[in-house]
Amino acid sequence: MHAVNTEELRKVFGSFTALDGLNLSVEEGTIFGFLGPNGAGKTTTIRILTGLAHATAGRARVLGIEVTAHQHEIAQQIGYLPEEPAFYAWMTPREFLDYVGRVFGLPTKERSTRTNELLALAGLEEAAKRRIGGFSRGMRQRLALAQALMNRPKVLFLDEPASALDPEGRKEVFDFIEHLRGQCTVFMSTHILADVERVCDTVGIINRGKLVTEAPCEALLAQYAIPAFELEVDQKAEAALTSWSNLVQREAWVKTISIHGPVVRVIVNDVEVAKRELLASITGTGLILNRYEVVRPSLEDVFLHLVGQEEEQA
Amino acid sequence: MSIFVAFRKEWLELVRSRRLLIVAVVLIFFGLTSPLAAKYIPEIITLTLGADLSKLIPTPTVLDAISQYVKNMGQFGIILALLLTMGVIAQEKDKGTAAMMLVKPLPRGAFLGAKFLGLAVMFAISLAIAGIGCYYYTLLLFEAMDIVHWLVLNLLLFVYVLVPVAITLLCSTITKSLAASGGIALGVIAIGGLLGTITKLGKYLPGELITWGTRLMKGDTSTSWIAFGVSLVLIVVPLVAAWLIFNRQEL
Repeated sequence: MHAVNTEELRKVFGSFTALDGLNLSVEEGTIFGFLGPNGAGKTTTIRILTGLAHATAGRARVLGIEVTAHQHEIAQQIGYLPEEPAFYAWMTPREFLDYVGRVFGLPTKERSTRTNELLALAGLEEAAKRRIGGFSRGMRQRLALAQALMNRPKVLFLDEPASALDPEGRKEVFDFIEHLRGQCTVFMSTHILADVERVCDTVGIINRGKLVTEAPCEALLAQYAIPAFELEVDQKAEAALTSWSNLVQREAWVKTISIHGPVVRVIVNDVEVAKRELLASITGTGLILNRYEVVRPSLEDVFLHLVGQEEEQA
Repeated sequence: MSIFVAFRKEWLELVRSRRLLIVAVVLIFFGLTSPLAAKYIPEIITLTLGADLSKLIPTPTVLDAISQYVKNMGQFGIILALLLTMGVIAQEKDKGTAAMMLVKPLPRGAFLGAKFLGLAVMFAISLAIAGIGCYYYTLLLFEAMDIVHWLVLNLLLFVYVLVPVAITLLCSTITKSLAASGGIALGVIAIGGLLGTITKLGKYLPGELITWGTRLMKGDTSTSWIAFGVSLVLIVVPLVAAWLIFNRQEL
């Protein structure tokens, strides 16, 4: 069963089409990274899936349940962290988590235990009796994540979960999300692509309200891998590097060569031949090699490539 | 029951934000000072303007204390109802707390109902204390009043105050801003007041509840059930409308 499934989902605000026939399927138990430029429709999708907004057309299901028809049933099984979490400033985090626990109908003992667990998880034990109104953005974000987990959700919707955090806070959040692997499905929109690459199993890229691609992260990186190698030689050997590049440029397996100081980037026509020939060729000239690597595209490269392609077509 | 969970939060908020204290203090102040004003203002005027003028001022009676009380409670009840209700839904939508809570299994009807219930209990407690205070001072300064009639008068005042609470709650649901909500509610309540004053419809509108209560204190047992029914309709219809609208709203 799919944890999240949309079919031809459309959302129109006046003359602006936020979602234009979005088809999306997220497998249960995966950590799904939902990527897209600003205004692509990420937040709108999450708002529809959580029941906060209504679709203009199409269908949206969470855990196989139709979103609009059975909102209460879905609400029991999901957790939601909005992009800008809001709290009752007069409450303490303990009171807020207790209130959330009451809303989920947890018995007193379980509510108390869960509240303590989540305070510890959010690192807010010492601030448990302070008013939320005086919290920093980071503390609020951690509390927001904690409240989203009160009911041990089957699907956790995170809208830019680390946008308000410093690098250390971001790492903590993504480490935590990684710990959720296998426990629940995480549906996460974010701009921090390096972290998505580290944490997410599957990635969906959305642009102008349409899904550009959806694939396992590794498959996506492999699909858009650039057949390129990067080599770095000793600083003093730059002249020899130029001579070598002129020589190797004539080889049939080489497409282009570009030199930036002591670094040379070789884009090839045949990766297998290049793997055999390139290293032998450069070491044969007597150049001292400091680094040699097969260039692996980052998710950011793939994202920019795909979104750029879409923009050109549009 | 979700409504009790939401009501518990609302009640805590009314206490912590000191809204309960403000309403109680204002209504109790005017409850206590109404018989005092009725009794001593004529004496103050006499002392200030001289004994000749005192002949023109009738001797204050218990009915003066009652009419002073009814006037104060009616006016300040409406003002407080408007000020304390206009932001209850609009601000939660604007700040994002409504979205944060309503993705959870908290029905929108319970969220809305708890707001109304919290405000109703707040006004009930404040009016009850103000009523007890006014009764005590009236007893000290004038004479004992009929307790049952006094109770009925305060119940009618309570229903009268709930009308602007319900109308303002609807306005707060429709809009997303405090100012717009307050402005619309004030407009609707003002038009209602004008209708009662300049047309013959007054005896069917909530304002008649105050007249009914005052009549009762004078010993006139004639009733105004139509006005009471219209008041209940003016409470229930805005609440149901607010619930229907809120259920369809995007947060």
